[in-house]
Amino acid sequence: MAKPPLLEVKNLRVEFPTRHGTLVAIDDLSLHIDPGEVLGVVGESGAGKSLTGAAIIGLLEPPGRIAGGEILFGGRRIDKLPDAEMRRIRGRHIGAIFQDPLTSLNPLHTVGRQITDTIAAHLPLTPRQARARALELLGEVGIPAAAERIDHYPHQFSGGMRQRVVIALALCADPKLIIADEPTTALDVSIQAQIIVLLKRLCSQHGSAIMLITHDMGVIAETADRVAVMYAGRIGEVGPVSEIIHKARLPYTIGLMGSIPSIGEEVERLVQIDGSMPRLNETPPGCRYHPRCPNAFERCRTERPDLMPAGPSRVACWLYDSPAEAPAARPIPAAARATGGHRARGAAAAATLIEAKGLKQYFDVSPPLLTRILERTGRRIVRAVDGLDISIAHGETFGLVGESGCGKSTVARTVVGLFDATAGTIDYDGVSLSTREERARNRSVQQKMQMIFQDPQASLNPRWRVFDIVAESIPEARRTKAGGFKERVGELLRQVGMSPLDGDKYPHEFSGGQRQRISIARALGGEPEFLVCDEPTSALDVSVQAQILNLMVDLQRNLGLTYLFISHDLAVVHHISTKVGVMYLGRIVEWAETRRLFTRPLHPYTRMLLDAVPDISKTGTQRAQVEGEVPSPIDPPGGCHFHPRCPFANARCRGESPENIMVEGTSVACHAVQEGRLPAWKTG
Amino acid sequence: MISFILARVLQSFVVMLCVAAISFSLFTYVGDPIANLVGIQSSDEKREELRESLGLNDAVPVQFARFVSRAVRMEFGISYQQKRKVSSIIAERLPATLELSILSALLALGIGIPAGIYTALHRESWFSHLVLSGSLIGVSLPTFLIGILLIFVFSVQFHLLPSFGRGEVVQLGFWSTGLLTESGLKALIMPAITLALFQMTLIMRLVRSEMLEVLRTDYIKFARARGLSNRTVHFGYALMNTLVPVITITGLQLGSIIAFAIITETVFQWPGVGLMFIQAINEVDIPVMSTYLLLIASFFVIINLTVDLLYYFVDPRLRVGRDVKT
Ligand SMILES: Nc1ncnc2c1ncn2[C@@H]1O[C@H](COP(=O)(O)OP(=O)(O)O)[C@@H](O)[C@H]1O
Ligand code: SF4
Ligand code: SF4
Ligand SMILES: [Mg+2]
Repeated sequence: MAKPPLLEVKNLRVEFPTRHGTLVAIDDLSLHIDPGEVLGVVGESGAGKSLTGAAIIGLLEPPGRIAGGEILFGGRRIDKLPDAEMRRIRGRHIGAIFQDPLTSLNPLHTVGRQITDTIAAHLPLTPRQARARALELLGEVGIPAAAERIDHYPHQFSGGMRQRVVIALALCADPKLIIADEPTTALDVSIQAQIIVLLKRLCSQHGSAIMLITHDMGVIAETADRVAVMYAGRIGEVGPVSEIIHKARLPYTIGLMGSIPSIGEEVERLVQIDGSMPRLNETPPGCRYHPRCPNAFERCRTERPDLMPAGPSRVACWLYDSPAEAPAARPIPAAARATGGHRARGAAAAATLIEAKGLKQYFDVSPPLLTRILERTGRRIVRAVDGLDISIAHGETFGLVGESGCGKSTVARTVVGLFDATAGTIDYDGVSLSTREERARNRSVQQKMQMIFQDPQASLNPRWRVFDIVAESIPEARRTKAGGFKERVGELLRQVGMSPLDGDKYPHEFSGGQRQRISIARALGGEPEFLVCDEPTSALDVSVQAQILNLMVDLQRNLGLTYLFISHDLAVVHHISTKVGVMYLGRIVEWAETRRLFTRPLHPYTRMLLDAVPDISKTGTQRAQVEGEVPSPIDPPGGCHFHPRCPFANARCRGESPENIMVEGTSVACHAVQEGRLPAWKTG
Repeated sequence: MISFILARVLQSFVVMLCVAAISFSLFTYVGDPIANLVGIQSSDEKREELRESLGLNDAVPVQFARFVSRAVRMEFGISYQQKRKVSSIIAERLPATLELSILSALLALGIGIPAGIYTALHRESWFSHLVLSGSLIGVSLPTFLIGILLIFVFSVQFHLLPSFGRGEVVQLGFWSTGLLTESGLKALIMPAITLALFQMTLIMRLVRSEMLEVLRTDYIKFARARGLSNRTVHFGYALMNTLVPVITITGLQLGSIIAFAIITETVFQWPGVGLMFIQAINEVDIPVMSTYLLLIASFFVIINLTVDLLYYFVDPRLRVGRDVKT
């Protein structure tokens, strides 16, 4: 009765021959996708998700090769096809979309030419028909004024628009399966939402199935029908999306789900999976997860589990093996997440530690004078931060959210004094640090502020040993104290959960999470009170992110730190912050105590972000469509910067910039709120 | 568009002025121009008279302005040694150097670029390995050694090609060409190869590494994933993108072919401007030296300008402005 699956992968094995022996990247992996179905593939980076996708469309980068198993598409074996035949399948029957829309398009050809090239490769159309079809496709993916845009080059499109073009390209020969590898990871939340909705709608219209590869559980929760969880080159669990999210069975899935912060609930600490995924050359025998698994037992260390049925899902775990040894007999980990209020952190009426007023940071990005004269253009000024007020109390965590380019990183750098502010004042504990002279005069105060960056790789000197990296941050005065110095470095490393022995190694010997620990240890060297963290976990996998977030919470409690925490991820900010500010084009348009902001958002932009963010608590929900993209800070719209995207904008909004006012503990800059014409926020 | 070209032209103009200043100071401050014009026995009054009449007592800016305006009119003074106009010496010598350089440039580009593409596309083939190891010789052996080796093998051992000179030349108006006689062509072969070899290997390696880089990019991966033919992917997408950065460096390399011609011309006693320059140095013939400087610099500037304009037409990112509002 059952129709044959559209795609069937049986016992796939992918290997990389190297000088030090063969590495097995994918080991005995089987999966299938039905026509029209959305299969989500999740897992941490390095789990083999992209390799699986590449193997299916026959685009493994040499020396990688398929060393075993078979791939069937519509019942036909495709893994051994000669290149010329495989080419007729790629694009025509199986399409692909990659992560980064900025680099997926050929910069030297117009988008129209790239689409017609692709159509010509698969469909018997005349150039004129191909162009007509290209136009139709661009319209379908929501490119406005397609007739004009078809002759534009990729660099003339914004990131979101480019990803739409990429989707048009993937769909142009009507393939029955789309392999989408992290299609929204490089995009901002509001655009992410648009792209996911578009992809899903188009695929159901065209009857295409999707293999949606992502590390973002929120996206999966909203989009997928079934989910496969990958770990170390194997599938650990596969089942319907609601089962995976709400009734995960595999200990790894349970840990993974627990480590994802959610807007739907407040927890003190996230579930933490210690350690990290094994490298390819040191995969453990038996169950590959056993060194990290809290439920591991004897059998796990020697025998490899394969997928076996467990309820509506299938799980590769010995806990679910023999019915005699009923799951109840073994302690099956509970899927429940530790809950409980955590907003006690940061005492209610603590004194202000740092306060910035009217902060402005402009960058002059004008072309050279000669060009300006010849082209009769004026100076170009980026108003990265444009009149921002912020005040953070002792022991607080102030979360700053906003889409990329809205000026978050610039705020961070200006506050810690890496940039000289164009205008405005910065007071730290009553000491003014607004100008370079003031900072130089108050060095000891200045040192109480430290910064942690997004990319630990780039911020650690690769030629220094970890010991020297951390030691460098210890102030001169403490260094001279004989003996104590070495201990201090060891203590700092211990504080961030590393061993003093790690001091002898170099940064490249550590994983991304450990490198971020090292940069935290370095920041702690000067015994700071105030840490500015700019997207400290954005480059990390969720399980590692949970480790770092937990570490930050512990450090705050033990050392009495105050944080300015910057992220584009609302769930992370929700989890860690006591207060949250929402930034849009250089200003904080709304700030409030965390729970208040997330349950009773006032500003239309905050509401839009909350609508857009994919979250695991939103399985199968319909989202409101979000319009538009962040405009350029070079020439921001007049009046309220948000008015071109705002559903409540009126004439006043277009002409007059709103001031921040306090409404029941929320500071918000919006005319509609002031005029009382904003509808109540949906609750629930 | 017009402003882009104008800006570039203006920039080139400034560069030329700077070179002119260097050339001028060489002319004015190195050695005594008068000493080279008059006999040893001339009296001081006579020298002073000459100084005055040549304008050597004028203020430096005035002298410089005069120098520039003369240079624009192609007047570069009189050679100390040959007592002839420098401009006519150059006019006599330049065709030899240009014929040699252009042929070398064509060789370097015509072989270097295809070889780079081939070795990038067929990374593992034995022929690629052969070409690559061969190119190591081209990069590591000094030019004069290659020239001497060639002379030893083909002139001394086998008597196939002449070891020096330009052979018979035919005068076409002001231009003397060696391309129309058998002996002229024969004489051109070894110098051209010698001069081209280094640039050829450099261009080949450059194209190869750039192309390998491009083949790894996302848009090539995406093009393959859409099932485009290898021809479209390699030549429609990859090659174009490879050439964008290659154009700049190649332009500079062509400039240095003309400059490097000095060595090759010396080895083969090729009667071009390079050889002329070496002789001028030996004889401390300042006007010839400073003119040669100006000449080479103007070649570099012209090539650079051409490259910039070419770049502008190849790369739409420069040509078409970004559209912020979408
Ligand atoms: N040094 C700089 N020179 C010019 N523009 C800059 C500089 N630093 C940041 N910008 C611009 O300022 C805006 C805000 O940048 P940033 O603070 O990095 O935003 P976010 O952290 O929210 O992504 C962006 O348009 C960015 O391009
Ligand atoms: S097989 Fe054992 S080690 Fe692996 S996930 Fe199950 S309980 Fe844990
Ligand atoms: S001020 Fe006007 S445009 Fe701006 S957010 Fe409020 S309603 Fe919208
Ligand atoms: Mg940033």
